[in-house]
Formats: sequence, structure tokens, C-alpha cells
Amino acid sequence: MKNIIFSLLTLAAVAPVQAFAQQRPDIIGVIMGSQKAVIAVPDMRGAGRASGLMDIVNGTLFRDLEDAAVFKMAPKSMYPTRVPQQPQEFRKPLQYDPANRNAAPWLQDWSDPPVNSDYLAFGYAAEQDNQIVLFGWLFNVRQPEVAAAHVLGKIYFGPIDETGARKVAHEFAADILKQFGVESLAGSKVYFVSNRSGSKEIWSMDYDGASQKQITSYKSISTMPSVSPDGSRIAFTSWAMGQPQILVHSLETLRRIPFLNPRAGTNQNASYTADGKQIAFSSSASGFSQIYMANADGSGVRRLSNSRAVEVEPKINPKTGNEIVFVSGRGGGSPQVYSMNSDGADVQRLTTGEGQATNPSWNPQGTHIAFAWTRGYDPGNFNIFVMDVNTREYVQLTSGTGRNENPVWAPDGKHIVFSSDRGGRGQIWTMLADGTQLRQLTSAGINEKPAWSK
Amino acid sequence: MTTNKASALALALCLSFFAAGCKKKVPAPAPPAAPPKVAAPTPKPVVARPIVKFFTAEPSTIERGQASSLKWEVTGAETASINQGLGVIGTAAAGGATPAVISGNRSVFPSNTTTYTLTASNSGGTVSEAVTVNVTTPPPAAKATPTPSPRATFGEVIARELHDALFDFDKSDIREDARNSLTQNSDKLKTIFRDYPNGTVTIEGHADERGSAEYNLGLGDRRAIAAKEFLVQLGVSADRLRTLSYGKERPQCTDNSETCWQKNRRAHFTGQ
Repeated sequence: MKNIIFSLLTLAAVAPVQAFAQQRPDIIGVIMGSQKAVIAVPDMRGAGRASGLMDIVNGTLFRDLEDAAVFKMAPKSMYPTRVPQQPQEFRKPLQYDPANRNAAPWLQDWSDPPVNSDYLAFGYAAEQDNQIVLFGWLFNVRQPEVAAAHVLGKIYFGPIDETGARKVAHEFAADILKQFGVESLAGSKVYFVSNRSGSKEIWSMDYDGASQKQITSYKSISTMPSVSPDGSRIAFTSWAMGQPQILVHSLETLRRIPFLNPRAGTNQNASYTADGKQIAFSSSASGFSQIYMANADGSGVRRLSNSRAVEVEPKINPKTGNEIVFVSGRGGGSPQVYSMNSDGADVQRLTTGEGQATNPSWNPQGTHIAFAWTRGYDPGNFNIFVMDVNTREYVQLTSGTGRNENPVWAPDGKHIVFSSDRGGRGQIWTMLADGTQLRQLTSAGINEKPAWSK
Repeated sequence: MTTNKASALALALCLSFFAAGCKKKVPAPAPPAAPPKVAAPTPKPVVARPIVKFFTAEPSTIERGQASSLKWEVTGAETASINQGLGVIGTAAAGGATPAVISGNRSVFPSNTTTYTLTASNSGGTVSEAVTVNVTTPPPAAKATPTPSPRATFGEVIARELHDALFDFDKSDIREDARNSLTQNSDKLKTIFRDYPNGTVTIEGHADERGSAEYNLGLGDRRAIAAKEFLVQLGVSADRLRTLSYGKERPQCTDNSETCWQKNRRAHFTGQ
């Protein structure tokens, strides 16, 4: 199963021969990887007060594993009736007979048709000293013996409530994912803008939409958040001081941290370099919004772009730190996505010039951008696209379902969070970078401008 | 009509003068009785003329279309009436012993200033009383006062006198119609700035909802700056003009139509 642990850079060369890429002979196969292991995740049972929390435990575990996009989930309807709760229940039969319902559970129950699974996650939960205790195992059911099948076995503790139920399930899922070289998204946060309190403020939530919390309360307009790579600071654009300016808050104290804005009517779209030491942003100090770079506290400002056009949304390549993509209306045309070196040289247009192209965002590997484009649609009807920045090949992920904007990559490089008004009002959604597995994370008020942080 | 009215007025004045005169001088004493000689001839009962206790119009001044209420009380009359088409307002029961009381009220809706005359009579004579209802014409609706009232605040003057400059989709160029709006604005601003030496004008830049919020914020900024530069070229003091972009964050309408989008693609002026 080592081929599960893949590298995007190496796969880029061999992608065309991968099975998945053959179905969609495009850049998606490169991003999503190829063959996937099949995993069965039967519902676990709980004793005592834990029994009432098992829906949350089972739901969270299943979703974390499914969302990670490294497994193919074995369909639950195919599961055998004898589900083990702990390894001791497995008894190797002398002659395996799948029809014998009185037999003890065995590995082949899961590896043979119709389940056809490679792995089985199982266990049980109990109440102990006012805590929920989850006993979780991961078995490779293709092995001939129990001892060889054992991949992972661990005990997880949490408060005996919904938070604790989510915690133990997230931790079990994260340990399973770690076996496949994948960092779980369970600890990651999505920051976004919501008007549900009456004005646009910055909010945060877990990657699955749980625990939504208000971060700012300026009662003005605060929008366009960007999180520092270490997750300690958030920069955003706010009218709290009158004109739109960049404000920075500590995510530890939630207090404001000084940031020196250049003297300009508009300073906006702050985004951090990978080391967190620099900020790129756009400023209208020259009379036109242009691309600037400064130290993280706003000192040492320097102008990077030089045009008589509106230029916004600079995003620095997180891997090379050298390439900047941004949006420009230069040439008198509609806004398009451009790239340039971090010194402002070598400006190139990445999109074709059709429609309006905005909201570029680098994947963590620095190879692809996701962006919003109206290509093929009326002005304002944006869809999410992904482009290989080297070849400029692009693929459309959403199609014609309302306004889809502000795509931002998850730390795993396989998920994208974005906003969409497909349900009538703008809400935050996630999807896999192949356009599948759509999930709506918000529903209260109007929500927009997501940012995904580790 | 005018002459009719005038003569009616004159008559009413006369009558009222007469009535008032009567009131002051009555009762005219009977001539001193001669010393009774023999049995006097059967005395003929002396009938006093009716008395108008009151006849009022409330209110006495109305706007055209409003009502005024006439109220009256007359004693001792056999019959009483009001002119202007109101007619007889009461008659005493025949042979009534006690002096009859005629009282009442009526709403009237005169379209011009009108004098109402109440006439009461019996066998002893006739008295009249008149009231006048003055009718004013309401000012024509929605006609702005031509000159700014000196009490208007700077913000009110800016909101009233300055017009939005409108822009094309995705553009910040000053169009022909925006050129006209801004030229008028510059003339007005020079006067207003003289009248209000401490006021500052904020030029807000707005965009329609279709572009991205980020690009629109830059575009709104550009529109505000373009409007400011145009005004400054026409001689408006630059240090009293501020720019503020809202992008598409503060639309003045939210319909999904070009009419609404055009309204939102604007440079808008507020005063502080």
C-alpha cells in the first residue's frame, strides 16, 4: 500500500498512466492520486452513557475517513452481520464458510466479496470514571492471521459529552490516516465572513462546520480573512477605522496586533508568505490598486506591480516563495489572473482573457491554483476552476450552480473550501479537488470568503 | 361670481351691522304709557324679536378641502335659515307658549372664503348673524424650496445638491453623463464650500454585485479617485475631498437587473 503515500511532484510525470487519470485525462488525477485502499467502518457500540453518543462517534469517524479522500469506503449495506468489537473475537475457522452465521467473525468476512475491503476499522466505547473511552483498531483484513492483520490498536479518552465523542472519533481517524501518510483535517480550522450577527464579522469553525465562533466584533464591515501559516495571526480588510484598511488579530488572544497601513484610500487582500514573515497586499496609494509587499507588521513596504489598472489579490507561492499570482484589469480588459516574480518582473497572464477571472489560491504544493472564473457564463456567474500553473491546463470543477467563489485549498491539498449561493444564499461549502463530495458547512446568515488553516 | 360674492359680503356686513346695532340699542322702550283713563283697549301682546345666542364657525380658517363646523342657537324664532344653500334650520311649533330654541350644527366644505348668514324671524321682526369661513389654498406639492435654507447642515446640502456620477461595467472612465454631473457638482461645491468653510466631502466609490468583492473594492476606489481628480481639475479644493471605496459592500439596490446595477456603479457624495 506504499503507493498510497504519493508525492504530487513525482506523480505529475506519471499521472497519464494512472487509472484514475485515465478516466479524466486532466490535472485532477495528479492532485487526487490514483488507486485507493478500500476500508470498512462498521458502526461501533457503546456501553453505559457512551451508548447515547455512538451516533456522533460513528458519524465523525466515518466522515473524517471519507473526507480524507485516501480511501474508497466499502458500502455499508454489504457488511457481514457478525461485526467484531475487539480482536479477541476473531477465530480462524478450519474451513471458512461465509454462510455459517454461527461462526465467529473472521477476516475474510471483510476481504471477500461482497465487501471486498482491504482494511477494517472497528472497536467499542465505554464509560469509565466519567469519561468516554474508545477502544479502536485498524486491521488489514487481507492478511491470513490476526497477528499480521493488526495495524493499529489504541485507547482514546474524552469528556462524556458530544465534544468528547467528536474528540475521540477525530483522534482515532487521525491515527488511521497517519498510517497512510495523510495528515487528518480534523484539527484544521476554516475562517470565514458571516453577517449573522448583523454586520460582516470574521468567524471560525472546524473543518466539518462544527463549533462556529465569532472572532471579531467591529460592527462595521470586516472581510477577506487570511491566516498566517503557523495559525497564530489573522489579517483581514475592515472599514472599522473608516476607509478599508488591513487589520491583524492574534488568534491566541483574539486582540488586535499593530499593522502599519500605507497612506491610501484602500489597503486590502493581505496574504502571508510561507514563513509568515512577509505580507503581500494591494494598496491604492498610487491612485490605482497595485500589488505591494511588506514585513508582517507593515514596515518595509515596497511596490511590486506598476500599471495603470486595478490589481488585487496577490498570493505568494507557498513552496517557492518566489512566484506571485494576482488579479489585474491591465490592458483595459476584464480582470484576469496573472503571475509575476516576487520582485515584480516577468508578468504573465495565466487565464485566456475570456470572462472575469478572480480569487486565485495556491495549493500547498505550489503547483496548481484554484480560482473563480465566469468563462462560458454571464458576468458574475463564477465557477471554480483549477489550473496547472506550468502548463496552464485548466479544469472546471463546478458548473452553472449559482455563484461559486473564493476557492481556497485545504492543508491536505485535496480539498477546496469555497462559497456558493446555489442554495439561494451564499454559504461555505467544501469539495474534493475533483469536484465531488460536496458538503455545506454553514447555514445561518450569509457566509463568504473562507480561508483554511492548519 | 366675484360680484355676487362681493354683494353678498356687503349685504352680510350691512345685516350684521344692523343686527349688532339692534343688540346694542334694544329694547326700544315702548312710548310712556298714558295715564289710564278708562278701561284700556284689549292689550295686544308685544312680541320680542328672536335672539341669536350664537352663530360660529370652527375653525374659521381652513385649507381648501377641509371642513369647518357651523354651530348656532337661536331663541324666540318662528323660523330660521342659513344662506349659501343650507336652507331652513328650524321652525317653532305653532302656538308654542315658551320661546322656542333652535340649535344645531352643520359641517361645510367651502372651496373659497365664504360668509354664512343666519336669519331668524318671527312676527316681531327679523334678525341676522353672519360668520365668515376663510379658505386658504395649500402650497403645490413636492416643490423644493429654491434656495438652501441657511439652517440646513452641510451634510444635507451635499446630499441635496450633488449628483452621483455613473460608470460603465468594469470601468472607471468618466462618461459623458458623469462629466455633466461632475461639472454641475463642481460649480455647486465651490459655492457650498464658501458657505460652509469647515465641511469635507467624501466621494464614495461603488460597484455592482457582479465582479468579485476584491476587484470591486479596487474598482470603487478607482472610481472615487477618478471623480475626485475630475473635480480638482475644475478647481475644487482637493484637500476638502476624501475618497472611500465600498466596492460592492453597500449597494443602494439589490435587484438582479441592469437598472439596479447601473445605480450601483457610481461615485456618491456625502458631506461631513
